[in-house]
Amino acid sequence: MHQVYTAIFEPGFFASAQVRVAVTIGAAVAVVCAVTGVFTVMRGQSFAGHALGDVAAAGGSGALLAGLNPLTGFVGLSVVGAAVMDLIGVQRVRSRDLATGVVLGAAIGLSALFLYLTSVTGATTGAVQQVLFGSIFTTNSSTIPAVAILGGIAVGALALVCRPLLLSTVSPDVAVARGVPVRLVSLLYMLALAVSVGLSSLATGAILSTALLIGPAAAALRLTKRVAWAMCIACLTGVLAVLLGVLLAYDSYYWGSGHNGLPVSFFIVSVVFVTYLASGLPALRADRRRQPAGPATAADHDKIAA
Amino acid sequence: MFAPGFMMNAWTTATIVAVVAGVVGYFVVLRGSAFPAHAIPKGAFAGAAGAALLGINTLIGLGVFSLLGALGIGAMSRRGRRDVVTALALVVMLALGAAFLSRTTEYEPEIYSLLFGEVLGVSTTEILPVAGLGVACVVAIALIYRPLMLSSIVPEVAEARGIRGYRIETGFLIVVALATTMTVPVVGALLIFSLMIGPPAAARSLTSRPLLAMVLSVVIALVTVWAAIALSYQYNWPVGFFVGILGALSYGAGRGWAAWRRARATRPGALTATFGH
Repeated sequence: MHQVYTAIFEPGFFASAQVRVAVTIGAAVAVVCAVTGVFTVMRGQSFAGHALGDVAAAGGSGALLAGLNPLTGFVGLSVVGAAVMDLIGVQRVRSRDLATGVVLGAAIGLSALFLYLTSVTGATTGAVQQVLFGSIFTTNSSTIPAVAILGGIAVGALALVCRPLLLSTVSPDVAVARGVPVRLVSLLYMLALAVSVGLSSLATGAILSTALLIGPAAAALRLTKRVAWAMCIACLTGVLAVLLGVLLAYDSYYWGSGHNGLPVSFFIVSVVFVTYLASGLPALRADRRRQPAGPATAADHDKIAA
Repeated sequence: MFAPGFMMNAWTTATIVAVVAGVVGYFVVLRGSAFPAHAIPKGAFAGAAGAALLGINTLIGLGVFSLLGALGIGAMSRRGRRDVVTALALVVMLALGAAFLSRTTEYEPEIYSLLFGEVLGVSTTEILPVAGLGVACVVAIALIYRPLMLSSIVPEVAEARGIRGYRIETGFLIVVALATTMTVPVVGALLIFSLMIGPPAAARSLTSRPLLAMVLSVVIALVTVWAAIALSYQYNWPVGFFVGILGALSYGAGRGWAAWRRARATRPGALTATFGH
């Protein structure tokens, strides 16, 4: 029994301060991302969600260069990016893709410059890896309060506009007819998205920020059509993925003889991806039984609206 | 600046890359495929890391990963939202890349150059494969031109004519993958995206005629890349920075021009003429 236990939890797992910080931050980010992500997936703005992560990384590299607090850079530029996207047309479906792409392209150019200048001045080593890949194992425990506060703000803002946001997501026309300030709600949502993505890019790296934003929410929305349920399932999946990923990454240090572990993002993404694939199984079986239905998205929207 | 040697190589490859990005990018913008066009090159970066780990040619790693990405996105989007599966395919490839990187002793400048390009470091032997892949991309686009155009503009009509949407989509993504493979070593995984979005978007706001827009898109891409290299040579800042900023600026200029023309034109049809459909 003890052997099984030590095989699952390698020695020192619970005692390690690094693990505690990683799990705390990871779980907090997973919850914030899951709540925001449900709206992101329903609104079809995964691209914006991912792009803001890259925009935030550009801000992070700029802050690194200027010697500012990275949190300012990550969240600051991400919020600016979201505002610009909204300004040049992220709210209209047709131009959304392009607006996101243009902002992303400019942000990538900025990161190219900032990272180049950082490497020339030689201020910090490992800047590219730190900003682009990040790792929750290297996060400082002093960022926990900031993550909690900003995450709370993002979730609070979404909770505040929950009903009009949901209505304008599911059927924009009805929302307009009912006098919902669609434009304002969309801007507020983009800002909440920017804060959560900027936050998670800082805390967990750009890869995980997208994975935690989209994966659990998309899986949950394939399992249930109820938004509240979907948020609960997404939170649960996200937190479990973080826990399992951190555990596996910690254990991987003891696998083989080389004693160099695999990155935690690799494991968390694997868990998230497997969950997403598994979440398609019920629909697949239902489809087998009856005749194949039309495109999923239109049908989904009708069901959510009902 | 135009001395034979590495600068000449830079001008040649950048020109090839700009032509391909202009043509492929036109359809990226037309189809609203900006996310896959970002995800495939960025994910393919992981393939380069894998190739470095195995000690094989980078082009093979890039090719395999960008093709897998294209096929994966194509296959999964039959059973899920397209933007969601693109995001997931991207993070899976990036996570693999992170795992590969943790195993290699690759040092930072090489990661940087794969992401942001190293157009000034192209060797003469690299030009030929880049040119070959570039021709392959343009020929592939020419071959599927009509069904691709039809399914991009009026998907319903295309379906009615027996053109399978997902087949065209997968075929187009494979072309993007090809373009990726050839351009990542030259302009980097992230910047090919800027080239595929800014210039074509600007061209589309200037005209709604497809062929003219495509030609304009190539011209703007060429000007962007040439200006970026010249500026980079002059100020010693990375080419990628200038490509990214000039790409966004050209889009802004195109939008401004379209808005100005709209404001001048009082005809009610002017708006639809500006945006095509």
